[in-house]
Amino acid sequence: MTVAPDFEFVEGATSDLSFVARGDTPEEALAAAAEALLAATVEDPASVREELSRCIDLAARDLDLLLLRFLNELVYLRDAEDLLLRARRLRVAALPEGPRLHAELVGERWCAGRHVPGAEVKAATVHALALRPVAGRWEARATLDV
Amino acid sequence: MPAPASIRQVRPCVWELPIGVRPGMRVPVRVFASEKLLQEMDDKVFEQAANVATLPGIVDASLCMPDAHWGYGFPIGGVAAMDARSGVISPGGIGFDINCGMRLVRTGLAWPEVQPKLRALVDELAERVPAGVGRRGFVSIGRDEFRDVLCEGARWAVARGYGVAEDLARTEAGGCFAGADPECVSERAVERGYRQLGTLGSGNHYLEIQVLHPDGVYDAQLAKAFELDFPEQVVVMFHCGSRGFGHQVASDYLEDFLSVMPTKFGLPVIDRELACAPFDSPEGRSYYAAMCCAANMSFANRQVILHRIREVFSDVFGRSPEQLGIRQVYDVAHNTAKLEDHGEGPARRRLLVHRKGATRAFPPGHPELPPEYRLTGQPVILGGSMETGSYVLAGLSSGAEAFFSTAHGSGRTMSRTRARKLVRGSELQEQMARRGILVRSASWRGLAEEAGFAYKSVDEVAAATEEAGLSRRVAHLVPVGNVKG
Repeated sequence: MTVAPDFEFVEGATSDLSFVARGDTPEEALAAAAEALLAATVEDPASVREELSRCIDLAARDLDLLLLRFLNELVYLRDAEDLLLRARRLRVAALPEGPRLHAELVGERWCAGRHVPGAEVKAATVHALALRPVAGRWEARATLDV
Repeated sequence: MPAPASIRQVRPCVWELPIGVRPGMRVPVRVFASEKLLQEMDDKVFEQAANVATLPGIVDASLCMPDAHWGYGFPIGGVAAMDARSGVISPGGIGFDINCGMRLVRTGLAWPEVQPKLRALVDELAERVPAGVGRRGFVSIGRDEFRDVLCEGARWAVARGYGVAEDLARTEAGGCFAGADPECVSERAVERGYRQLGTLGSGNHYLEIQVLHPDGVYDAQLAKAFELDFPEQVVVMFHCGSRGFGHQVASDYLEDFLSVMPTKFGLPVIDRELACAPFDSPEGRSYYAAMCCAANMSFANRQVILHRIREVFSDVFGRSPEQLGIRQVYDVAHNTAKLEDHGEGPARRRLLVHRKGATRAFPPGHPELPPEYRLTGQPVILGGSMETGSYVLAGLSSGAEAFFSTAHGSGRTMSRTRARKLVRGSELQEQMARRGILVRSASWRGLAEEAGFAYKSVDEVAAATEEAGLSRRVAHLVPVGNVKG
């Protein structure tokens, strides 16, 4: 599944970056949220090649916190392993204890000179955090601390 | 954005929102600001400060400094003192970038001597003090030694040759918060942090070469005591924190606290960013110990960056740092929670003072100040935008009503997204060059987001702190070279 990025940066926190990402399913909205994070991190997200992949499994109490954990996992992998990643195959399962996400992440390591730095996102925050259906589609809203 | 109708003026530059503007307030909200700054504050500042006023154990008032603006949970520029026995500790009251702070370094160089070498200096600093996304620190240590950093802070750095003992004496808390315990820090935090020592970061973090013009001196006696002591003196100011490490600590505990607040402690979650736990609980103590680790990482980070600054000046001018008169003036944090004793006689109490985007400003005579500042009061470093300059202030005894706290910067007035729509980074760099400010930035986008028009007037903020009795203006410093993350 290839998801065309559908996100926009919006007016929000004065100190940080807020975005809305959309999709027809929770999975598409999450993938678009990952694209928003990537677009915040590098000036040209298209410059990020798909040279390696990672699989992640995350669980949370609710969908909002699942979005938070997903974004913070991507932030962690960039900080700890220099990985610039987008999400490809995602699956959200509704379990009694809360939703679970399985995702395949693809991308490459930071390459100085080829990747033009954007903002160094240090965390996704719970401010105005939401992953929910809006007008027949799914919206992921988050604020990135930079 | 107009201030709430219920706000009343207590005296010039001091305003109060009474208990009751929102349910559950235990104390009033007190705002230190000129009328202009008050009217410029976004309405979320008042809402957030009122939310803070509901937290268990808060004493006297929920405070807003003159540069207050919207933050996560607490406003940035917020101060809340909690009773150490009955109060809570909140990551949102400290900020994600734990011990984000300022360091000011004086030199014996005058601007005419530096001007011909400014480009070389700025280029070299940009090269040797890594900034922005994707850059690693120049200090190479493993995870185990990083844990030593978390315990020892700037002392670790000085013991390994990155600085001198005087730097520690002129750093808040001697560059090391007692109570740090790496066992309370997650592996993920260590994994993020151990290669970031010696990096500036991005966002509003910067390293700036500044000049003290004669008309920038507000108090010649205090300026001299702070070794800001001759016309056209060149100084270096920088602003950075605990990097991804501190953020991971804050994120980890924020989630932990949210899960136990209603169940274990019966605390309502009125704003998820206002997550908290009783300070005197295993969760609260654990976060405090982890927060101290992040504070110490940040002190060490600024210490090794100072070492690099000394190296660069020494290389460019061909003289030793001592010959160049390079000495640290002070290092002070503005995102912490600290155990402090406030009040006199029987009213003296032990408080956990949360300062988020607020600077500690101890008064003359305070025993924690080094001997050279015992009579002057603590130097306070107020970082303005990269276009408008910064201030050095001094703590005052009248700051007691703010638990000896003052502003930390100029405070944003618009979002990064909007600032970016109004100017391009390259355009701003040219504009600033025409005004005599040389800028090197890791990111054009980041540069545009930090344009001066996105901030309040630092002059207004500094003046308001003085009129409110929080701190006194000592000197205004004008930027000539800036390295941005």
